[in-house]
Amino acid sequence: MSAPAVELQGVTMVFGEKIAVADIDLTVEKGAFIVLLGPSGGGKTTLLNILGGFLEPTEGRVLINGEDVTTVSPAKRPTTTVFQDYALFPHMSVYGNVGFGLKMRGVAPSERRRRIDGVLDLVGLAHLSGRRIHELSGGQRQRIALARALAVEPSVLLLDEPLGALDMKLRRQMQEELKDIQKRVGTTFVHVTHDQEEAMAIADQIVVMNDGAIEDIGAPERIYLRPASRFTANFMGESNFIDGRVIGSGTDDVTVDTALGSFVVKGSAAIGDGVTLSVRPEHLWPSGESGTRTRLGGARVIEAGFFGTHHQCNAILDETDQTFKVRLPQKEILGPGSRIELFVDPTDIVLLRS
Amino acid sequence: MRAFRNLAAVIYAGLIYGFIFLPVCVLVLFSFQESRLPIPPFNGPSLKWYGAFMSDQRVMDALLNSVLVALTSSAASVILGFLAAFALARHHFRFGAFFQGLLIAPLTVSYLIIAMGLLITFNTLGIPKSLLTIGIGHIVINLPLCFAIIYSQMGAHQANMERAARDLGASEWQVISLISVPTLWPALFAAFFLSVTFSWDEFIIAFLVSRFDVTLPVEIWSMLRTGLNPKTNAVGSFVFLVSVAIVFLLDLVLFRKKHE
Repeated sequence: MSAPAVELQGVTMVFGEKIAVADIDLTVEKGAFIVLLGPSGGGKTTLLNILGGFLEPTEGRVLINGEDVTTVSPAKRPTTTVFQDYALFPHMSVYGNVGFGLKMRGVAPSERRRRIDGVLDLVGLAHLSGRRIHELSGGQRQRIALARALAVEPSVLLLDEPLGALDMKLRRQMQEELKDIQKRVGTTFVHVTHDQEEAMAIADQIVVMNDGAIEDIGAPERIYLRPASRFTANFMGESNFIDGRVIGSGTDDVTVDTALGSFVVKGSAAIGDGVTLSVRPEHLWPSGESGTRTRLGGARVIEAGFFGTHHQCNAILDETDQTFKVRLPQKEILGPGSRIELFVDPTDIVLLRS
Repeated sequence: MRAFRNLAAVIYAGLIYGFIFLPVCVLVLFSFQESRLPIPPFNGPSLKWYGAFMSDQRVMDALLNSVLVALTSSAASVILGFLAAFALARHHFRFGAFFQGLLIAPLTVSYLIIAMGLLITFNTLGIPKSLLTIGIGHIVINLPLCFAIIYSQMGAHQANMERAARDLGASEWQVISLISVPTLWPALFAAFFLSVTFSWDEFIIAFLVSRFDVTLPVEIWSMLRTGLNPKTNAVGSFVFLVSVAIVFLLDLVLFRKKHE
C-alpha cells in the first residue's frame, strides 16, 4: 500500500484579514487527474501555490508521496508547475527551456539530450527544438511549457489554468491532448480551472471550491448529475431550483412538498426541513411520452434562444411565479408567448444540501 | 485658415528647435574656425583646433578620467540598482514602500545641493577629493535612475519566469544569473548607458569634489576662464558628439529589441 500522491491535512491560508483557504483536507491518489474548479477568488490557485511550495500555509500539513513537504522550497519538491502565462525563458531555445530543469539537477548532457528528445516527442514538437520561444504559436508554447515541466519527471504536475490563454477550438483540442499525455506518463496531474466544461472533459475527479472551502468532490458525472450543494449545481452548468419542505422520509428517499406538488427524491433529510430541489434544463421535457415522466403543468415561454445544438427558453409555469430554464430540441422553434407543457422524470430531481 | 494654422505650427516648432539647437550648432560650427577667435565671420573649415586639444596632455588626461569615472560609476550604479530593485520587487518586507521612495528621492534634489552635501561629508570623514569622490557623487545621482528603470521592468511576467526557474530546481544565484539578468538585459543596458551619458557631461559635482585629477567638463570650465578659443569649442563639440553617439547606440539596440 503506497502513500497517496498528495495529502493535505487541515491546510489554512490567511492573507492579512482574508482567509483564502480554510481547513482543507484532500487526498489525491497516484496517477489521478484531478481538477480544482471554482470561481476566481475561490482559493484554488492559492491551494495550487501551497502544493508547489510557493506559499507556506498558515496552518496544516502538505504531504507528497507520504513525506511532509510543508516547508520545503519549490526547487526541492517533486512537483513542477505549468504556469498560466507559460513563463518560458525568451532568451533560450526550446531545447534550452525543456532542458533547464535537468541542467539544474546536474543531469549529464547525453542523458539530458535523450530525455529532452523524449519529452519533446511526447508533446509532438521534436522538430522545433532549435526554435526561439517568440517564434512559436500559443498552442506550441503551451506544449513546450508542459514538456519543460514534465522533463524532470515530477511526482505531481501542477497546472495553473494552462489553457486560459488559448482560443476555444484550440483549448478543446489541448484538453484531449493533456488527457492523453497524462495517461501515457502516468504522472499525477492537479489542474486548476474556472471552466466547468474543461473540468468535465479532462478530470478523473473534480474538486469544486468556493470561498476557500471544498464544496464537492467526485467524478464529473456524479458532480454534474447529483451535485451535493446549490453552489455546485449552479456552477456546473445551469439549473432550476425549487424550494420545498420535507414531509416524509423513507430508507433512502424523502418526500418533498413544493409549490408544484410533491416529489419523492433520493437522499436523506429530517421531516420538516426546508430543502432545495434542482432540475437541469435538459431534464425538463415538452412531452410525457416515456411514461415515467410526471407532468408539472402548462407554461408560457417568455424568452428563447438558439445555441446551435439546442434551443433554450425561459418559461413561467402557470399559476406560480416559478421560471424554468428549459432545453428544447434543435429544430423546435418557439417564440416568446408560445405555450408548452413541462414534464420531468422524478429520478432526475436532485436534493441539495442547504 | 487651415494653411495659416499649419504655418503657425511650423514657425512655432522652428522657434523651439532653433532655441534648443542653435547654441550647439554655433559651438560646433566655430570649432572648425581657422582664426584664433570663435566669432563671426566663419573662415574655416579647419581641423587644427581638434589637433590642438588632442595634443594637449591636460585635456587628454581629463578625457581619460571622464571615461574611467563614467564606466565604473555607471557599472556600480547598475549593479546596486539591480540588487535594490530585485529586493524590493521580489520580497515583501516592512517599510518596503518607504525604502523605495527613499531610493528614488535623490532624483528630485538639485545636483548643487547633492554636491554640497557630499563635499561636507567628505570633509568631515577626511576623504581626500579625487576621482573616487567624483565617482561616488555620480553613483549618488545615477543609482535612483538605474533603480527606477530596472524596477519598472520587474513585473508579474518576469516574476513568473523566476518562479518557474526556482520550481525547476534553480538556486537563488542561478535564478539571478541565468534568468533575471539575461531577460532584463535591455533595461540593464539602458540604465548603464543613460548613466554613462549623465556622468560624462556632469559638471557641478565633478567640479566641487575634485582637486588635481579632473574630468573633461571641469577641464573645459578652466579653459573657458582664459577666454574664448576655438579649441574650447572643439573639446565641447567632442563631448557633445560622444553623448549623441551613446544615445544613438542605446536607441538602436533597444529599438531593434522591440521589433523582435
